[in-house]
Amino acid sequence: MNIRSIVDNLKKPFEKGQKLEKFYPAFDAFETFLFVPNHTSRKGAHIRDAIDLKRVMITVIIALLPALFYGIYNTGYQYLAQTTQSFTAVDAILHGSYKIVPMIAVSYIVGLSIEFLFAILRGHQVNEGYLVTGLLIPMIMPVDIPLWMVGVSVAFAVVIGKEAFGGTGMNILNPALTARAFAFFAYPTYMSGNQVWVSEASNVDGVSGETILGMLAAGNTPEQFGVLEMFVGSIPGSIAETSTLMVLIGAFILIYTGIGSWRIMLGCVIGAAITGLLFNLWGANALMSFDWHHHLIVGGFAFGVVFMATDPVSAAQTVKGKWIYGILVGVLCILIRVFNPAYPEGVMLAILLMNVFAPTIDHYVIEANVKRRENRLKTQLRTA
Amino acid sequence: MSQDISIKKGLSINIKGAAEKELKKIPLTKFYAHNLHDFHLLIPKLEVKVGDYVKRGQPLFYSKTNESIKFVSNVSGHVRDIVRGERRKILNIIIECDKKDSIVTSSIKPISKLDSESIIKSLLSSGCWPFIKQRPFDIIADPTKKPKSIFISCFDSAPLAIDYKFILNDRLDYFKYGLEVLKKLVSGNLYLGLNSSQSDLAKQLTNFNLNYFNGPHPSGNVGVHIHHIDPINSGEVVWILNPEDVAIIGEFFETGQFNPERTVAVSGPPVKNPKYYRLIIGAELKSVLSSVDLEEGSELRYINGDVLSGKTVSSNGFLGFYNNNLSILREGNNYKLFGWIPFINNKTPSIYKTSFSWLSNGKPKEYDTNLNGEERAFVATGEMESVFPMDVYPMQLIKECLIGDIEKMEKLGIYEVSPEDFGLIDYSSSSKIEAQSIIREGLDYLYKETQ
Repeated sequence: MNIRSIVDNLKKPFEKGQKLEKFYPAFDAFETFLFVPNHTSRKGAHIRDAIDLKRVMITVIIALLPALFYGIYNTGYQYLAQTTQSFTAVDAILHGSYKIVPMIAVSYIVGLSIEFLFAILRGHQVNEGYLVTGLLIPMIMPVDIPLWMVGVSVAFAVVIGKEAFGGTGMNILNPALTARAFAFFAYPTYMSGNQVWVSEASNVDGVSGETILGMLAAGNTPEQFGVLEMFVGSIPGSIAETSTLMVLIGAFILIYTGIGSWRIMLGCVIGAAITGLLFNLWGANALMSFDWHHHLIVGGFAFGVVFMATDPVSAAQTVKGKWIYGILVGVLCILIRVFNPAYPEGVMLAILLMNVFAPTIDHYVIEANVKRRENRLKTQLRTA
Repeated sequence: MSQDISIKKGLSINIKGAAEKELKKIPLTKFYAHNLHDFHLLIPKLEVKVGDYVKRGQPLFYSKTNESIKFVSNVSGHVRDIVRGERRKILNIIIECDKKDSIVTSSIKPISKLDSESIIKSLLSSGCWPFIKQRPFDIIADPTKKPKSIFISCFDSAPLAIDYKFILNDRLDYFKYGLEVLKKLVSGNLYLGLNSSQSDLAKQLTNFNLNYFNGPHPSGNVGVHIHHIDPINSGEVVWILNPEDVAIIGEFFETGQFNPERTVAVSGPPVKNPKYYRLIIGAELKSVLSSVDLEEGSELRYINGDVLSGKTVSSNGFLGFYNNNLSILREGNNYKLFGWIPFINNKTPSIYKTSFSWLSNGKPKEYDTNLNGEERAFVATGEMESVFPMDVYPMQLIKECLIGDIEKMEKLGIYEVSPEDFGLIDYSSSSKIEAQSIIREGLDYLYKETQ
């Protein structure tokens, strides 16, 4: 007996008129996970591209994996480096996995349960968007955040951030950032400061686990970190945000496959670089004189730009709008970093703010198109 | 003044089984029919009943909204059946051909003595009028509204593209005569859209206004030509015709006889030796297929038109009124284990580089009718804009059509588009959105509310 006939047998109680009919969306999610269904085009174009939302989402997950694996290693590395004992890379990975795998599990279990529940209640298919969101959320949290806080943040993001707006495709804010922002404001002691970025830093006396931006905000210069460390990512920070190198590998995958918008990514970099450069010229404090190109490789900038700002649902949707949106995310990110010492990392708030403005940007881009059409009609009438 | 326009956005889909330039004539078959769904929004009024004898060129029915628009029999014979569907809606009018080919002949003056009024009258009564369609709405043209221009696309960029030069080869004089006739109907210009590769055809058409379009599909779509040359504003009408239909019109104005000869490319992956067939419009599919070599062993889909915008027809059905191609695909009603994971299923091509299929982009591929996924919520991943070469925002327009906000639809350019322009959006949508049918419904709604 092959897999297909096993699935066909399992499917029977979920079909129309059978007792488990209500749970069909849940079964459908399972079935379509195994197989691309046998549905054929009924109207419209008779042939269809191989792409579907599942493949889009899995491609994003593949792009996230380098950053995730490095994040796991770096978590262990940062923890073991603060102790004085000697250790190997395997020790670091083991410690990292011990910390991070449970967070991912909690995120998926809580998030997918809510997604399935809404799918069953609404009688529609389970959308694949959460596969990415569910991985992003633990990746952008500080490592020591308690698991229950991860769960509560996930629930908030999925219910209030997404389903309240009508589900996948309808949300205004990026759900993963909504989760982080919720945790940030609800549990500030676990989300900011200089004790949360390195695993169990609070247990080890006299070791500073501050992030580079945190140090800068406090007026110190992060002399112990070189450019190479910032770029490779062996620095304290949220779990998977530290390595610009790994994020760039992800960016390459997204741009090469065509899944992620290079316009938004490039726009962000341009915006941040120009703003950083202007502040360099001003140079009134440590943050202002922090090299503009270092801004691009510290903190969550690279991670946010590549994986969060490009979220197709919450970003601007027109081509011109994507450029404007991207550049403004970059500008705002540096502005928040420099002017607001309470939030040393500006990328989260910059993206969330621009998420809110994305529909407005699109509106004006489209209005310009409408104007062009109206003007054409006017000239036509004048010449006629 | 000729323009050279290069289309950047779009996608050329290379499917196995494009027709070779070889023409086979198919003798008269037993049954011919008009498929009423070829004439969108038309309400037919019958002039004949079952059992009546009709000549070629004799009216069978007319449009309820404009009684002068006649639809005539393509062959001589008896009305065998009038097939009706739900609520007695007429689906097919079937003629049993008697092979005597008795013809209605009209007396036509030479072109120098014809004015636009008499031309329109002859077109209407001869059965040639339905060949003229109008934009907006993509329906049979309203003879009472003067068009600002006429557009004819002389090349095809759709998958399994047909070659109009080959189709017109032996009827180029009729084609030119038809163009001269049509030129008299329009206050503005009559524009022909060509591809740069058609220089020998261009040499024959020096008397006309030629524009060149190059680039991927939909560069051959007449809607794209209109958009770039003389875009439609609210309240304006543009007429469009297929090149072969212009030849039929030309022949009528030279000979006084309605000769609905159609050249059809029968093509697609399951077709062995795909080629062109010369037959009569509305021929029975069964008898056409009997002379086509098809690979056996799988369920097939027959499509009147191209694989992006054509209509499915059953193997018992009839060829369509407008299409120059009969596309044949295998039904893709099979499951693909883990087919959604990138780089697992490399057979099905994608505009995204998520499989290795792009490595062999030059080679024609086997496409089937599988949806390759399930319908999902709208996620704006940007693929719509990348295959839509018009200054119109396709996704926003689709959304307004779904909502039914007429004012916004007009502002976003609904008058400039037709469903076929959204064929590639159907194709490339990762959410499997049915853009063509949404636009069709939007246009129908607009028509109902405004006309």
